[in-house]
Amino acid sequence: MKKYVADWIVTENKRINHDHFLLKVALNESLPEMMPGQFVQIKIADSPNTFLRRPISIHYADPLNNEIGLLIQLVGAGTRKLAELRKNSRLNLVFPLGNGFSLPDKSPSIKRFLLIGGGAGVAPLYFLGSALLRLGHTPVFLIGAKTAEDLLLIEEYEQLGAVHLTTEDGKVGEKGFVTNHSLLKTNSFDGIYTCGPLPMMQAVAAYAKSFNYPCEVSLENRMACGIGACLCCVENTVSGNRCICTEGPVMNIEQLTWQI
Amino acid sequence: MADLNVKIGTLSLRNPVTTASGTFGYGTEYLDFINPARIGGIFMKGTTLLPREGNPYPRMVETASGMLNAVGLQNKGVDYFISYIYPEIKNYPTCMIVNVCGSTIEDYVACAEKIDSLEAIPAIELNISCPNVKEGGMAFGTDCKSAAQIVKAVRKSYSKTLIVKLSPNVTDITEIARSAEAEGADAVSLINTVMGMAIDVDKRKPFLSTVTGGLSGPCIKPIALRMVYQTHKAVKIPIIGMGGIANASDAIEFILAGAAAIQIGTANFIDPTISVQIVEGINDYLDKHGFHSVRDLTGALE
Ligand SMILES: Cc1cc2nc3c(=O)[nH]c(=O)nc-3n(C[C@H](O)[C@H](O)[C@H](O)COP(=O)(O)OP(=O)(O)OC[C@H]3O[C@@H](n4cnc5c(N)ncnc54)[C@H](O)[C@@H]3O)c2cc1C
Ligand SMILES: Cc1cc2nc3c(=O)[nH]c(=O)nc-3n(C[C@H](O)[C@H](O)[C@H](O)COP(=O)(O)O)c2cc1C
Ligand code: FES
Repeated sequence: MKKYVADWIVTENKRINHDHFLLKVALNESLPEMMPGQFVQIKIADSPNTFLRRPISIHYADPLNNEIGLLIQLVGAGTRKLAELRKNSRLNLVFPLGNGFSLPDKSPSIKRFLLIGGGAGVAPLYFLGSALLRLGHTPVFLIGAKTAEDLLLIEEYEQLGAVHLTTEDGKVGEKGFVTNHSLLKTNSFDGIYTCGPLPMMQAVAAYAKSFNYPCEVSLENRMACGIGACLCCVENTVSGNRCICTEGPVMNIEQLTWQI
Repeated sequence: MADLNVKIGTLSLRNPVTTASGTFGYGTEYLDFINPARIGGIFMKGTTLLPREGNPYPRMVETASGMLNAVGLQNKGVDYFISYIYPEIKNYPTCMIVNVCGSTIEDYVACAEKIDSLEAIPAIELNISCPNVKEGGMAFGTDCKSAAQIVKAVRKSYSKTLIVKLSPNVTDITEIARSAEAEGADAVSLINTVMGMAIDVDKRKPFLSTVTGGLSGPCIKPIALRMVYQTHKAVKIPIIGMGGIANASDAIEFILAGAAAIQIGTANFIDPTISVQIVEGINDYLDKHGFHSVRDLTGALE
């Protein structure tokens, strides 16, 4: 897929909770094709100490308005700069990067997929859920967070399919981690996709493996170039060190060497 | 439009702007962003005789105005390069140069000999300065005797332009440059990365799997510039300068300090089109200051 570098214009920057925001940016030409699971590399202007670009997943792509959404957690200096951006500011992106989640064929037999997210890891699952729906399949979401406050944009996900929740204190949804949710005991799926903190994805991968579900995870290795040139972002796989920015960030768990 | 052509040994570059090894892949990775015909050359990823898996993740951490890397020369080996990569890159409209590294003198020689037979590769860059491999690499480039030995051995078996890449992790870089010149190097390129380290205080662990790594980016520019300046006074062969170049003004500083050509490394990660912008910036500078040729600018420090 062809890659681009261009300035985008901020159309909206909305705080969601104390440490997450939704940044919407538009291009003044038509969007190239983008796949769920792909990401962009954002240049943080005038910030010599965060001079490497920051990789962020595409939360949604809206070709009608030439707009994409980025759901971002405030982590350090780079994301703090992004949170301060005002409407109409410019933002330089390299896009679209990486491979996406593998999508099922459009077929008459409806398939049910489980999309498990934690923290800002829910970001690419929205784009994925919309794509599955468009292909005539059923996305089911299972989203985990520390507290109710940390659940992000749940109403949006509910537009796409059933949403099941867990919080660590049990105030909303079931108490505990996503992998303890009763849904996993009572339902079966045609496949699982997950994105979130590494321990969560590893627990999900272990579950998927034990039930022989096909499972894809979206990794967040440290990146410099984002385009396969520097070999900084590698993950150890069954076929050696592979660049996550080009052969990922989405990987099938069969390719990984996780001890699960 | 000023004359931007420069000569490095028998190699003629259409302009002095090239991209640094390990930061530009095989050029293929950047074809969506730049036309290789606009730049002077591409120094491709470090290549070794046998395939190397490189170091374990994490291999990179950002530091103030720079980054540390410990990639460790991950590559599929010279035979794979010749069979699968060379056919793809041999018609790129710019000078395609292979960066050669090894663990022993025999490795370097064998690798260089294989590349000598490739028609579309007019030069090699002998990497005796990689800080991220256990054996060989930088060990050859931090001692005059071993630097001389390896340049001598490769010179005997390599017929085209031989560029020797120097390490900044030495007491006196000019001594190593002189040894390389004395043994028949056509040019020297400098600097490779500066050995460094960073610690994650929460985990009380080093950020890199290898503990130490190579520092690159704007933070090393003053060191690199000083070394180019000193080396220019010490040798007669052309110098290819690099280290933290991020814009045309940085590039011109290196040329004024004595570089005939420059390489752009880490800056490609921040802006994949930066190399072409720097060519344009150098041209504008020459026009503005009334220089007929970029060659008149080399070492033209007042
Ligand atoms: C493919 C991919 C997709 C991502 N998608 C999202 C997303 O949709 N939403 C979101 O909030 N976050 C996402 N991230 C994580 C995001 O990139 C980091 O949180 C961000 O770079 C932190 O930058 P900072 O300057 O605020 O923090 P820093 O203080 O620089 O870093 C804090 C931590 O962030 C991580 N980090 C920093 N730089 C990088 C880098 N260059 N590459 C990878 N990780 C880094 C490291 O773990 C670091 O310890 C994604 C990461 C990757 C690799
Ligand atoms: C990720 C990375 C990989 C590198 N790999 C190589 C390599 O394979 N061979 C080599 O001679 N230099 C390698 N270098 C060093 C660069 O070519 C260059 O000498 C150095 O980064 C300084 O220039 P810069 O500050 O413009 O990046 C690498 C640098 C980086 C950042
Ligand atoms: S980040 Fe450079 S190769 Fe993946």
